[in-house]
Amino acid sequence: MKARVGVGAASVTLALITLAALAPALLVDGTPDQADALAALEGPSADHLFGTDANGRDVFTRIVYGAAPSLLAGLGATALAVAVGTALGLLAALGGRALDEIVMRLVEVVLALPTLLLALLVITITGPGTVNVILAIALYTAPSYARLVRAQTMVIRRAGFVEAATSLGLGQGRIILRHVLPNAFAPLLVLATIEVGTALVAAASLSYLGLGPQPPAPEWGAMLSGGRDYFSVAWWIAIFPGVAITLTVLSITVVGRHLQRLVEGRTS
Amino acid sequence: MTEPVVEVTDLHVSFGTLEAVRGISFAVHPGECVAIVGESGSGKSVTARTLLGLAGEEARVRAGALRVDGVDTSGFSERQWRSIRGRRIGFVLQDALVSLDSLRPVGKEIAETLRLHRAVPRAAIPGRVLELLEEVGVPEPEQRARQYPHELSGGLRQRALIASAIACHPRLLIADEPTTALDVTVQAQILRLLAERRRGGTALLLISHDLAVVAELADRILVMKDGVVVESGPADQVLREPEHPYTRGLLAAIPTEESKGARLSATTAPEVRRAPPGEVVIEARDLAKSFKGRAAVDGVSFELRAGETLGIVGESGSGKTTTARLVLGLLAPDRGSVEIDGQPWAGLTARRKRELRRHIQVIYQDPLSSFDPRFSVRRILDEALDVGGEPRATRRDRAVELLEQVGLDASVLERRPLRLSGGQRQRVAIARALAPRPRVIVCDEPVSALDVSIQAQVLDLLTDLQAELGVAYLFISHHLGVVHHVSDRVLVMKDGRVVESGDVRQVLTAPAAGYTRELLAAVPRLDTTAPLVRRAS
Repeated sequence: MKARVGVGAASVTLALITLAALAPALLVDGTPDQADALAALEGPSADHLFGTDANGRDVFTRIVYGAAPSLLAGLGATALAVAVGTALGLLAALGGRALDEIVMRLVEVVLALPTLLLALLVITITGPGTVNVILAIALYTAPSYARLVRAQTMVIRRAGFVEAATSLGLGQGRIILRHVLPNAFAPLLVLATIEVGTALVAAASLSYLGLGPQPPAPEWGAMLSGGRDYFSVAWWIAIFPGVAITLTVLSITVVGRHLQRLVEGRTS
Repeated sequence: MTEPVVEVTDLHVSFGTLEAVRGISFAVHPGECVAIVGESGSGKSVTARTLLGLAGEEARVRAGALRVDGVDTSGFSERQWRSIRGRRIGFVLQDALVSLDSLRPVGKEIAETLRLHRAVPRAAIPGRVLELLEEVGVPEPEQRARQYPHELSGGLRQRALIASAIACHPRLLIADEPTTALDVTVQAQILRLLAERRRGGTALLLISHDLAVVAELADRILVMKDGVVVESGPADQVLREPEHPYTRGLLAAIPTEESKGARLSATTAPEVRRAPPGEVVIEARDLAKSFKGRAAVDGVSFELRAGETLGIVGESGSGKTTTARLVLGLLAPDRGSVEIDGQPWAGLTARRKRELRRHIQVIYQDPLSSFDPRFSVRRILDEALDVGGEPRATRRDRAVELLEQVGLDASVLERRPLRLSGGQRQRVAIARALAPRPRVIVCDEPVSALDVSIQAQVLDLLTDLQAELGVAYLFISHHLGVVHHVSDRVLVMKDGRVVESGDVRQVLTAPAAGYTRELLAAVPRLDTTAPLVRRAS
């Protein structure tokens, strides 16, 4: 019963964040860059729910508009990592011994490197920006998906129903597309929903370091960083973006775990 | 008469709203074997577990009396249960590989029971372990005691499990399907071992679905169905003069040499005359296949004609399943050839191979694992019909037609196999195998996982389909009765070789090979025709 309430609350939060990302104008009137020098550094009030920043911009409006770029980096990186990881995993599992060795050693090399340092290295080479943040995060998260897909594929390839499909006269390609891949995918999706949270935090961290979307773009990590200097006089500038990141990651994790239980319940 | 070791009156066990056991009573005396027989869901295993306090946390147990070795166990705490498990009651389960700790040598496992109940002084434990292993007929006990469960054969594992169950000389031994996972010759050895314990004065409670196994050992039989005892009495009486229709149905459902040509299940279908065998559909010549230098199949040859059933019988490791995989073209032989309808597998392109596969289909022991877990029955059949070249427009109608052919109806179309019973699953598997209109179906232990009455229905179905469609079966089983019932001709395999082959009546009633005679001698029999004499015990 308790779990239900948690999952319900998390789902509602996710729905609101999604709405903010897709149609921010439905939630707030102003625009994120609308500055009002006279109203700079005002605390939370009825006019400015989350207060205003040093330029007098409304923090709430900026958080709502910030949902899209903040989510984009995390989701984009996860989607890219899943796609690349799946391709590598299938290649390793089905492409023969030599290919398996090469792909898996590559994967281990990447996994052995400290994640954030690797991302920093990539961005040092490519330069800052949302696309590069996505590339950097995808690079170091893809290996775990590749491992999972490889292991799943190897198990499922030997499953009774794959032999049954072979005996039935189905071709290899069809068997992989119709039976192996979809069954390997279920646990992958669960991992991905949980990992989206990690990717979001990573993206926010890179933005915080000034490597993501450049100002004045309203990105949560960048806003958090911008509020750092004013923390002693105007805590709301940094706190609210931080809360937004935390709530998003928490909600995604709760919903992800719930999905995981559903999937496991179905197969056991 | 002496005090009974177990006394149960009016036992009720329920899980939530489900009442699994509904008021059963029985007693077991020293040196007596009482058997509880029933199919899955009859409540037999729940009854056994209740006697050990293992019915589970959700179980509500209520009984007029529940006495073990003179002690009233109703209202026992977990601690109290632990003190009698292993000491007063020994428990032997079906699968020793699961029941034994896989990370410990079997000797340690037995030693633990001894230590736990302080059965012998600490210093005497290692010696006692060896004694016990020797007692249950484990050769070279010093060496075996140091081995892990997976290093032992099924028979030795089961012996080790029995050794740990009898370590503290319990007065009662409960055996839940103790031989179900074993080959017939090993089963015979284990049954002899249990009979010895009984002669030594141990009370034996035997739980089984197999009336023939029970017949070897039991003094009294209780037949359970849906949580109640439908019939009980001395073994001979229950087996020879069953009063309850359910008991009679169970006995009639057992495939044996006598049941050949007759129906096993109670359903009546119009008798269809079988056409005489037609042209050769499988020709296997001198097949050989080794894995890591060990010959799994060595020089196997046979032919199978349309409308005919060829049985392959043998124990685990005899090469039956490898032969099936060679015939199905899933493995390439090291030597020899297989031709399907005159077409050899060897040298075919992937595309031609796929086309040939249509003509030879397969059903497995575990149908559930042969279905994609995401697929509904409709998608399973749709895929098979697609392979068989059925146009999309008529597939649904054909699927319903196939389901009707195997005794199901359109209502299961949208269900997933997980939501079907074991018998229904095997019927869906048969429907799928029939979909591409094959010439041959390879049946790999198709009824081994089914209850005897469901087994009877499936065997009858296979017989009917053969008469109707003229399909040939390559029927693989370790169960001699089943093979005898369905086959026209039979191959007896041992260690990858065919030791005997020929007409099934000939081979299985007047065997020429020593090994076949050994196998037949080990089969537990329900000799319902012999005069009524109590076995010497």
